[in-house]
Amino acid sequence: MAEPVKLFGVWASPFSWRVETALKLKGVKYEFIEEDLTNKSDLLVKYNPVHKKIPVLLHKGKPICESLVILEYIDETWKGISILPEDPYERAIARFWAKFIDEKCNHALWTACWSKDNEQEKAIEEACEFLKTLETQLKGNKFFGGETIGFVDIVANFIGFWLGIIQEAVGLELLTVEKFPNLCKWIDNYVNCPVIKANLPPRDELLAYFKARQQPPTGPKY
Amino acid sequence: MELEGENKVKLHGMWASPFSLRVELALKVKGIPYEYIEENLKNKSPLLLKYNPVHKKVPVLIHSGRPIAESLVILEYIDDTWKNGPKLLPEDPYRRAQVRFWTSFLHQQLSESMITVVKTDGEAQESAIKDAFEKLKVVEEGMAELFPATVGSENLGLHGIVMCSILYVFEAVEDVAGVKLMDPEKNPLIFSWVKALFEISEVREIKPDHDKMVGLLQFIRNNALQAPKA
Repeated sequence: MAEPVKLFGVWASPFSWRVETALKLKGVKYEFIEEDLTNKSDLLVKYNPVHKKIPVLLHKGKPICESLVILEYIDETWKGISILPEDPYERAIARFWAKFIDEKCNHALWTACWSKDNEQEKAIEEACEFLKTLETQLKGNKFFGGETIGFVDIVANFIGFWLGIIQEAVGLELLTVEKFPNLCKWIDNYVNCPVIKANLPPRDELLAYFKARQQPPTGPKY
Repeated sequence: MELEGENKVKLHGMWASPFSLRVELALKVKGIPYEYIEENLKNKSPLLLKYNPVHKKVPVLIHSGRPIAESLVILEYIDDTWKNGPKLLPEDPYRRAQVRFWTSFLHQQLSESMITVVKTDGEAQESAIKDAFEKLKVVEEGMAELFPATVGSENLGLHGIVMCSILYVFEAVEDVAGVKLMDPEKNPLIFSWVKALFEISEVREIKPDHDKMVGLLQFIRNNALQAPKA
């Protein structure tokens, strides 16, 4: 019998959703434990004492933290669809773009959505530069990984689904089809990918979640 | 083993950058010959801008004419590509996850802490020192089982390489900022690790000259303290 897999996450979080995507792609059964970030469970704090954040994957009783670290763990542990390419150079390219999206893009996009006035103007400018870079990188490919969904696409989930919803919630038009046709096509491919489509959090509930907040929910990493 | 033509390895780096130093250390530990190109960060070469158009930063590794940027990505590429020599990551997926987690922590949190100590004074510096000590404590507690009893180039690992690259400057930081960061009483484990790490010949070979480093950090400190406060 397979060892139980548990995932500590938050239904609205793109970070725990990344991990769910990977588990579903690999066909791994898991128990999802919903955390209340205003009242973190003792188990979460025990399993992630350094950051006290979700997501945390628990496998064979051992915790793995940080979504990108978890994705690589999932790819190395379970057979089936490969999340990262086999070739070392292609793997390096995938890791480079995942980092770019995770460390630069997402932060800039988040700030652009939630800041005001001058700060927002600057943030929007920066975010657009990053989006332009991604637009060029896509080169008209179906996914960042090529023909099928992979590491970079999973990590880019904030752009794939959350960004559009938050834009609507705060009344911002950042990622438009006129400015970023490749990215918009990618978003379409992303949300229509069977594994993604069947499992995304409900759009109307996410929209209500973000509309209800005047402030961002504690910042990009929660 | 000479790498000719197609398989040639080049590294665009900067002598004081922990990001560039860690790639050099990995290449040395793996026994991979490479050509080193020192970049002047105030006047970046056209090649650097061509090979890393997204970030325009060092380090960039060129292997068989193809560029790879971002130090941690480069380190994993080195480990994936050159199967001879010491492994930088363990075989077991859980241990690999632990190494990646702590490497990321060192990379994102410890470097910044130390530079802030250099760039500040008064209360801000006191706060930065406190923060650095706290981070060192977290590292000590979390990384204890990742450090073997005897550390050498053969079991330095990704985390050991990154730790060396960041802590190379600690003596210079102590001199310039006038603080004690490596304290055998406050951080006994880290103190003993650093001592052991700096005995490894490849680590010593890459270590930047102390006086040169002091000069650079002093320059950074002067600039930072003179800069108009926002």
